[in-house]
Amino acid sequence: MGAGHSHPLYLAGTSAVHRLPAEVKIVAAFLGVVCVVITPREAFAVFGGYLLVLAGVWVCARIPLGWIARRSLIEAPFVVLAVLLPFTGGAPSVEWLGVSLSEPGLLAAWNILVKGTLGVLTSLTLAATTPLRDLLLGLQRLRAPSLVVTIATLMLRYVDVIAGEARRMRLARIARGHDPRFLWQVGATARGVGALFVRSYERGERVHLAMLSRGWAGEMPRLSDAVTRRRDWLVGLSPVALAAALAVTGLVTA
Amino acid sequence: MALAMHMSDGLVSPQTALVFGVIAAIGLAIAASRARSDLDDRTAPMAGLVTAFVFAVQMINFPILPGASGHLLGGAIVAILVGPWVGSICIAIVLVVQALLFADGGLTALGTSIVNMAFLGVFTAYGVALVLRRFARRSRAGLLVTAFVAALLNVVVASLGFVLQYAVGGAGEVGLGTVFALMVGLHTLIGVGEGVITAATIGAVAATRPDLVYLLRGSRPPVEVRGRRTEGAPS
Repeated sequence: MGAGHSHPLYLAGTSAVHRLPAEVKIVAAFLGVVCVVITPREAFAVFGGYLLVLAGVWVCARIPLGWIARRSLIEAPFVVLAVLLPFTGGAPSVEWLGVSLSEPGLLAAWNILVKGTLGVLTSLTLAATTPLRDLLLGLQRLRAPSLVVTIATLMLRYVDVIAGEARRMRLARIARGHDPRFLWQVGATARGVGALFVRSYERGERVHLAMLSRGWAGEMPRLSDAVTRRRDWLVGLSPVALAAALAVTGLVTA
Repeated sequence: MALAMHMSDGLVSPQTALVFGVIAAIGLAIAASRARSDLDDRTAPMAGLVTAFVFAVQMINFPILPGASGHLLGGAIVAILVGPWVGSICIAIVLVVQALLFADGGLTALGTSIVNMAFLGVFTAYGVALVLRRFARRSRAGLLVTAFVAALLNVVVASLGFVLQYAVGGAGEVGLGTVFALMVGLHTLIGVGEGVITAATIGAVAATRPDLVYLLRGSRPPVEVRGRRTEGAPS
């Protein structure tokens, strides 16, 4: 069980983007999304500009376009609301293929769709270039509360173990002829979840004892003493500078 | 099941996102200090494992109808099993990790999601459970009903949080009434499913390790003989 070393969205690489310290990338991703969110929705061209900036980052990080595109489908369920908007919005309306669509509704749908998509693409870029360990180190360096970082570290180290346990329990149920189709047949699954909780909690007790016996003093040791140089910040935030310029353009022109 | 619970970027205005981000940060700080007193020096490992459990549980799909399946959100489960403070930290960390590593939910919408699910949801569930605690301690049926109601209201109130944020700074043009009806209607259905699973899960834990159920703490006699041995057999 190789727990906690990688995650499904990580794309191994050694590009300049991969080598940037994680805290720089987290801050850059966050500021980038902020720029997208504050851009007025009528500034159509500006959103194209954001996409170009992201594409530039993908080229630097050697992330294939298809790889990003396939994974961006993750967004689909979150934009359900957007589909409804053109049909329920107010006047004035436009005719399109014989269907009357509300103009403010269309604009609102575009707003949610484009900002949500750019947000997901940014998050995907961050996840693709940052391994787990670095991400936690980055959170620590950004002065996230140490308790939260420690809990997140342990959680990420054990999630594969617990998920593997859940998978084996499911296989065991299926092997014994379990084939639920309706909500009221959920008993066995739910008892499995209960057993999973008891096992997780008891594992937590054992992990705690093991940690104590290895000198746990309530704080995760720093695993790396690499320092973040000013140059890293400058390089990492350069796409954000472009995004900020785009946001200002959008705010001024719209 | 988490249809609009993970909010995407741009769904609410930047100001609203900022305000809820600040609320979420303050809430997390309070929860972190209170969680220490619930779990003392075991806080980090125990909360870490419970968080991993919530994460794993969200990967377990169960059928609702043929062709449609959902997964648990887990807010009421953690509220009843580990208490509201540790529980809200667990859910918040799951949300942060999902946003950073799995691109689930927008980065700027993280504050709104945390307020909805980690605070509104978990504390509603715990509040309901506290009100019904006397009932829950008396019998197994009482505990199951408590868990069901807590989980149902957990989901509905979390979706009401979304409606509130939409009312404050929604980016869409849909009337508030439509959003309210859609979200609350949908999440009442989801909540029934969540409630059934939560009740069965809590029942299974209470049958094997009642000492692990936060809600029942301090209420159990030292030795208890149960009639129905099969009920809690580990699966």
